[in-house]
Amino acid sequence: MLTCKEASRLVSESLDRSLDLRERLSLKVHLMMCTGCTQFNRQMTHLRKLTKQYAAGAFTEAADEAKPPPAP
Amino acid sequence: MRLGDAEDGTRAASPLGSSAQITALRRDMLRFAQLQLRDRGLAEDAVQEAIASALANAERFAGQAAFKTWVFGILRNKIVDLLRQGTRTVPLSSLMGDQDEEAGDTALDALFKASGHWNPQTRPKTWRDPDDALSNKQFWAVFEACLDHLPAKVARVFMMREMLDFETAEICAQLGITTSNCHVILHRARLGLRACLEGHWFAPGEHPTC
Ligand SMILES: [Zn+2]
Repeated sequence: MLTCKEASRLVSESLDRSLDLRERLSLKVHLMMCTGCTQFNRQMTHLRKLTKQYAAGAFTEAADEAKPPPAP
Repeated sequence: MRLGDAEDGTRAASPLGSSAQITALRRDMLRFAQLQLRDRGLAEDAVQEAIASALANAERFAGQAAFKTWVFGILRNKIVDLLRQGTRTVPLSSLMGDQDEEAGDTALDALFKASGHWNPQTRPKTWRDPDDALSNKQFWAVFEACLDHLPAKVARVFMMREMLDFETAEICAQLGITTSNCHVILHRARLGLRACLEGHWFAPGEHPTC
């Protein structure tokens, strides 16, 4: 049985390499029983998406939208 | 070619828009480039080159938002090339000593009980809609602050992996560390960022100590 530290490590590594069958199964079993790691797993998907958006300049667009239109 | 001039020399055709928009775009590109390269001169060169080569293809873009995404893509490629060449950039190995490594391990251990399970205070909570964050100016300020809160090398490895799309193997090679160590650093970066973002944005108030 994985600990949450081990399970979160596997979730993290799954973003960088493909897990082998044994790892995938033990992670799946852990996620079925652990809400904390299930949330962590979801959050990693969001974190990756948000980070890619940042690197694509999303922070620029957001800043522009928030600003009043420039004076003529 | 000057910033803001289209290839044929007509300013009106520039997808960069008004001079205020150009200034804003250039400022944010510089901030991003400097975050990755940690060298003002290199960052300025990369931004200038990215804008110049983007303008050569500018007529493809109807709007300013599309142009920004495009020009940031070009900028990222230039940054990747510069990091691969390794000239004048801060060597990764110099960013963090053994003491920081140990401090990082302690911080990581604090997230979990001795049994290896989440501490009640640090257990990941449900996040409010992450898509709302995308278009929120304040969110990106929190995001940058949280990145800045990570140890320098941890942030660097995370950014190379997630912002510049380096494969883990290449990051490890540049750092001169084992693959396993690389995975530990990325795990630590993700744990640190998610805790910081959760406490300051996605579920504030649910963390008594954050
Ligand atoms: Zn767990």
